[in-house]
Amino acid sequence: MSGILVVLEQRDGKLHKMALEALAAGQQFGLELGLPVFAAVLGAGVGAVAESLAGYQLAKVHAVDHALLREYTPDGFTIALRQLLAAHSPSYVVFPHTYQVRDFAPKLATSLGRVLVSDVVSHRIDNGSLIAVRQLFQGKINADVRFEGAGPNFLSVQAGAWRADSLQAGAAAVEVFTPELSEAQIRTKPLELFRESARAVDLTAADIIVSVGRGIREEENIAIVQGLADALGAELAASRPICDNGWLPMERQVGSSGQTVAPKMYLAVGISGAIQHLVGMKGAKTIVAINKDPEAPIFEVADYGIVGDLFQVVPALIDELKK
Amino acid sequence: MKIVVAIKQVPARDSLLKVNSSGNWIEDADLSYEINEPDAYALEAGLQFKEKQGGEVVVICAGPDRASQTIREALAKGADRAIHIETEEDSAGDPLVLAAVMAKALEAEQPDLVLTGLQSDDLGYGQTGVILAETMGLPHATLIMNIEPEGDGIRVKRELEDGWFQNVDMPLPALLTIQSGATKLRYATLMGIKKAKTKEVKSLSVAELGGAGSASIRVERLYVPEKSKHSQIFDGPPKEAAAKLVEKLRFEARVL
Ligand SMILES: Cc1cc2nc3c(=O)[nH]c(=O)nc-3n(C[C@H](O)[C@H](O)[C@H](O)COP(=O)(O)OP(=O)(O)OC[C@H]3O[C@@H](n4cnc5c(N)ncnc54)[C@H](O)[C@@H]3O)c2cc1C
Ligand SMILES: Nc1ncnc2c1ncn2[C@@H]1O[C@H](COP(=O)(O)O)[C@@H](O)[C@H]1O
Repeated sequence: MSGILVVLEQRDGKLHKMALEALAAGQQFGLELGLPVFAAVLGAGVGAVAESLAGYQLAKVHAVDHALLREYTPDGFTIALRQLLAAHSPSYVVFPHTYQVRDFAPKLATSLGRVLVSDVVSHRIDNGSLIAVRQLFQGKINADVRFEGAGPNFLSVQAGAWRADSLQAGAAAVEVFTPELSEAQIRTKPLELFRESARAVDLTAADIIVSVGRGIREEENIAIVQGLADALGAELAASRPICDNGWLPMERQVGSSGQTVAPKMYLAVGISGAIQHLVGMKGAKTIVAINKDPEAPIFEVADYGIVGDLFQVVPALIDELKK
Repeated sequence: MKIVVAIKQVPARDSLLKVNSSGNWIEDADLSYEINEPDAYALEAGLQFKEKQGGEVVVICAGPDRASQTIREALAKGADRAIHIETEEDSAGDPLVLAAVMAKALEAEQPDLVLTGLQSDDLGYGQTGVILAETMGLPHATLIMNIEPEGDGIRVKRELEDGWFQNVDMPLPALLTIQSGATKLRYATLMGIKKAKTKEVKSLSVAELGGAGSASIRVERLYVPEKSKHSQIFDGPPKEAAAKLVEKLRFEARVL
């Protein structure tokens, strides 16, 4: 087909929240490269979710359906997608950069001697080929990446980098694709999903959240930031390393593996702003950052910021709030 | 049980980064280096699994001369021996090329379990482990928080999005990519540091391993991202900055 194939993630017939972002990226690439755009959803009984995509401007929607795809496994998904790729030879294969994609897309690309360009944040077109921009050093440096050799070219797009509301409407036919799969080919056995922390704290209900990161250095220092939260009548939250260290309970973690919050104000103290943290708080109405590093990626999403040492800034802020 | 752990040496986390004049890597003259954080957890998971099951932990690291420091630290923490794939200074390489060289170095080892970190702090591909698994023909699982023996194989706990987890059963040999934070990291003991000096470090050159294959992606240019959002940033004396911020929050953002 020599087009762009966007592989969408679904669970129990519901699209992953990043799926339509990847579709928007695919449509934009298609428009700029003059290539048709195809979508694929994998699973068992994915007819309905595939139909839900029929209203977008797409050349076709492939419903990749098989009982052995009901539960996600890297072997099953790789084998099924390899067959779809063999049948249709797309030039570009686009994924949302979800945990599931991290798990199987590099395997799929490797099996074809290709590299997945992961976590792409933007792109440009150079002489008819796509240059992908991805981040290095946890968002502090960008890199332009060019695909070499014969395709297909694999890329996954970062959460929030493309907007689902820019999707073009149209009409697309749905086609069922039945891969050949046998149980013996699937080496891992996924068991039940579970949650651990009780989630006694509902961060999503808080108007103001003060969130603390590794810049706090020691457990004893958490009290300093707790003081700021108290002065603001705010809930205290944290980045992952703080919860990993056991300095605050897991249920206070904000980010891709923690809670997603959208308070009126989110105040990040000593947090660098890695994408896995940002996805959990970007929706806050007003974002404030306190960080000693003026280049910290958190300032990229902040409305207001103070560049400085939190051990001086936070006490000064508490004094000011008490005035 | 032979356990291989892939560890990478990366610039220390709070390094001030500048792109070099050729735009292909960062200025590395004044950098200090440390073990990639998730790899420290991979090593810890490997050491703990060995303590349970018996066997041997072998660390593998591709990097320039300076990486021997990180290798020594891993040996001091309890790894039994090491393989050092000697490379030129760092650059933004292709993970498929790297994994091919690592797979070659591991051919003679026949490990039961290969552990990597889930992502490197510098290149951040988040895929070298999965690529290595596919190259070695091993089943894999990513974002692993816990490993338990289960029958002839293992049961691992995978982290999923939004606070969900999933257990997965898999046969051995297998490859796992380890997520940070699942356990406490051990420190090297004085005894460990002493012992590390006598442990075997096998050095291999990339040429000996059949050379680096051709890349399927090329990193053309590195640069500091342009600021796209107009944030109001206050610096200067903390007292003044704090006063300005509170005023803005009260009267402009009206969140107080
Ligand atoms: C699959 C996956 C899932 C993840 N899930 C999450 C998640 O849900 N939530 C999450 O938060 N992370 C998550 N992470 C981790 C994430 O990538 C980052 O490693 C983490 O967010 C970094 O936390 P931090 O900003 O507190 O620490 P660092 O990145 O170490 O940043 C510390 C910051 O403090 C600043 N600082 C230091 N000292 C001072 C001082 N005296 N005054 C002021 N500033 C100071 C530094 O300049 C730096 O910017 C995940 C990672 C992966 C790969
Ligand atoms: N040069 C290297 N030497 C040893 N292990 C590496 C190297 N590069 C990457 N790895 C391993 O692969 C993991 C993922 O790296 P990456 O794919 O670059 O994000 C790391 O956490 C390491 O365990």
